Amino acid sequence: MNYLTTIVLLGTSALGSVAGVLGSFALLRRRALMGDLLSHAALPGLCLAFLVMGQRHFAGMLLGALLTGLAGVVLITIVCRFTRTREDAALGIVLSTFFGAGIVLSSIIQHRPDGGAKAGLESYIYGQAVGMNRQDLYLIAGVSLAALSIVAMLFKEFKVLSFDPGFARAQGWPTWTLDMAMMGTLALVTVIGLPAVGVVLMAAMLILPGATARFWTDRLGPMLLLAGLIGGATGGFGTLLSAGVVKQWLGFDPLRFGDTESNLPTGPVIVLSGTALFLFSVFFAPQRGVLARLWSEMRLRRKIGRENLLRTLYELSEPALASPAEISIDQLLRRRAWSRPRAHWLLWRATRSGLVAWGPGGARLTQPGVAEAARLVRAHRLWELFLIRGAHIAPDHVDRDADAIEHLLTPELLGQLQTDLAAAGVAAVQIPPSPHDLSRPDLSASTEPDEEPPRV
Amino acid sequence: MFDWFSQLDPNTQTDIWVIAVGAMTNTACALLGCYLVLRRMSLLGDAISHAVLPGLVVAFVLTGSVHIVYMAAGALAVGMLTTVLIETLHRHGGVAEDASMGVVFTSLFALGVILIKRYGQAVDLDPDCVLNGLLELVVVNRVEIAGYDVPRALVTIAPVLLLNVVFIVLFWKELLISSFDPALADTMGLKAGWMHYLLMALVALTTVASFEQVGSILVIAMLIVPGATAGLLCDRLRTMMLISAVIAVASAVLGHFAAVQFNTNTAGTMSVIVGLFYLAAVLLSPQYGVLSALARNLRTSLRIVREDLLGMLYRLEELQAERALQAGEAKQAVGGGWLAWLGLQSLLRRGDVQRQGELLRLTASGRQQAAQLIRAHRLWEVYLVERLGLPLDHVHEPAMRMEHFIGDELQQRLAAETTDTATDPHGREIPPGSQKTES
Repeated sequence: MNYLTTIVLLGTSALGSVAGVLGSFALLRRRALMGDLLSHAALPGLCLAFLVMGQRHFAGMLLGALLTGLAGVVLITIVCRFTRTREDAALGIVLSTFFGAGIVLSSIIQHRPDGGAKAGLESYIYGQAVGMNRQDLYLIAGVSLAALSIVAMLFKEFKVLSFDPGFARAQGWPTWTLDMAMMGTLALVTVIGLPAVGVVLMAAMLILPGATARFWTDRLGPMLLLAGLIGGATGGFGTLLSAGVVKQWLGFDPLRFGDTESNLPTGPVIVLSGTALFLFSVFFAPQRGVLARLWSEMRLRRKIGRENLLRTLYELSEPALASPAEISIDQLLRRRAWSRPRAHWLLWRATRSGLVAWGPGGARLTQPGVAEAARLVRAHRLWELFLIRGAHIAPDHVDRDADAIEHLLTPELLGQLQTDLAAAGVAAVQIPPSPHDLSRPDLSASTEPDEEPPRV
Repeated sequence: MFDWFSQLDPNTQTDIWVIAVGAMTNTACALLGCYLVLRRMSLLGDAISHAVLPGLVVAFVLTGSVHIVYMAAGALAVGMLTTVLIETLHRHGGVAEDASMGVVFTSLFALGVILIKRYGQAVDLDPDCVLNGLLELVVVNRVEIAGYDVPRALVTIAPVLLLNVVFIVLFWKELLISSFDPALADTMGLKAGWMHYLLMALVALTTVASFEQVGSILVIAMLIVPGATAGLLCDRLRTMMLISAVIAVASAVLGHFAAVQFNTNTAGTMSVIVGLFYLAAVLLSPQYGVLSALARNLRTSLRIVREDLLGMLYRLEELQAERALQAGEAKQAVGGGWLAWLGLQSLLRRGDVQRQGELLRLTASGRQQAAQLIRAHRLWEVYLVERLGLPLDHVHEPAMRMEHFIGDELQQRLAAETTDTATDPHGREIPPGSQKTES
């Protein structure tokens, strides 16, 4: 790895991590696209600064970009406050007209006789991380430190502003000023990043790390830390990948397609590394991830299926629970809207966990099965009695509601229900008799597949 | 038919072609944009116009051609993919809607840039042109259609405009209902979801048709700004569509000439012009404009100051005060400042008040108006005491505020609802109603 690559690597990592931290706040405030706005609205500022100063003056152009970016934010606030235009439209309007003005100005600069090519505006739109030099790195490092210390100093304020702006206002905090401080810092970081990754991809650098970190934690502090790490890591990794360093390490080119002679631009590679990590988190994050949620949903379905089976067997063999009779699958299917394979599957699972003994003559509850089923039947019937007495629902209408909720009732709640019902003169026994007729097949329950998790 | 056209001087021909292409593109975008703005999906247009980039490259790599049909197919596919991805991430991935939009379109854009870099040396896809557009060069690239030599861009955008218009006319009712009330549309069996995807498909198609010549930034501007501007000017969808189309065409014409004047990028100028239209609407819209609202508030404040002045003079006459009120005192009593000065001036000009030296006196017309105001004030006081049971010392303040908004009709109702309509709770006489009230 040569000297130039090291400079770029340090620069993009610093940029990525500070963009990740500030982008997280924007994300939490539902302003993820504010970065897109800031980077587009920076263009006219860059051009104006160039026109005013007549030469390429880095700090001056960044100041111009910062000013027009913030002007865009203020305009959006004003338009949303005083007209019927909504926030999404206001954002789009300011973004497109500011950027259009930037294109007009840059075209004017290019047509000037003294050669506007010196402006180097191209690199601001598409980004050119490779062009980074030592001065740029110092600037990025300085701005990153400044931005991070602002976040550190105003952490409590930004936290409240992100989660409950109304509360902050009620506490008498200067929410508008704080908001502008947050947006100003965001704008500063955006503007610094433009020369490296360009207008559109800067928005991605702001959003992706925060959105990724959000999948792994529910707390602001860890989220910011994680977003900073992710941003820095993807920034660095993307740089190494596009500079061909990864290729040297691996001994082969992981990005072998198309015209491999041309070097890949750094910005898009950084963004796509971030996207890859984001997609990984979408699927594999422990709690909010898609797979984790599918897994817990599947476990709930299984639990509901098992409990429905046990309760049905219990009710079918209720007259002689001490020595339960064998119940055939056909008998079960008359009571439940299961397919035959599904019933077989449920019985097989219940047999394997020792709750049911399943032979050629049919299925029979074992002793542990009876105990478990009794718990469910109790929950079901107590809830039915509660609905009949407390909510005045007809006895033949309560079965379905109880069927949905029985799986979720806690022992404490059941104890309370039993105490209350016993005080009212019903359900004095541990397992009360069913308040409705059990002999006929329950049609109401069979109209819908009953393995759906109850909608609570 | 085009004979006269070829007689024109080349510059005028260029003007006409650029304006024609610009106006058609702008209108095609603006019509769809009305729905986007109404459905709060303005930024989806932004997202799609950035995200179609990889679709174009993939279409090129697969077919080896940059023919508009292949490009449109690629853009359409990725445009729909964008919509679906944004929704899926939002619904099933638990990502906030704006974040999911930001992630999807920037990632696809990044993918597009990489693909262009790897395959694009042969493609005539210059990212610069994609963003900025080179509308001024529209005349360079020509094709021959039915014997006439027309710009290629015109042949691309005209069918798309036509398609958009036909779509809107055919599905007017469905789009209307599903834009304003998707739930109602679903209960009526109108398939709001399908409308959503059809609309997005057209946005993608329009985007790619406009892309090459006008650039994505003008597409974004035209998708959002005319619709938002029209939304500030009217309350009906039909009118909104017409206004937005007019704005789209007007910004094409003005944008072209301004760009020629300043020798700059045409598409950029057009988006600035349409932004100026929006700014004008924000300030001057008769119903929703900021300045109009300010003017309305000012008029109301002025009326209240005027009426307060009249009421004060009337009460002084009633008390048979020893000396008349001085102009300075009167202005101080209604709050002072320029508003009070303006109120007094307008009373003097209308001849409701006379000024003798420093002293003010009511004229006959002023006295009549003041009597109506005092009548409203005192009837309200009676009502507050009799019907709401408020104590005597609590009724003057609310009546001071209400008196300006109690017209003849309300006065009649108040008089009917109360028993003592001759004197107010403080024992002062309630002036009789106007002729109109009496009759």
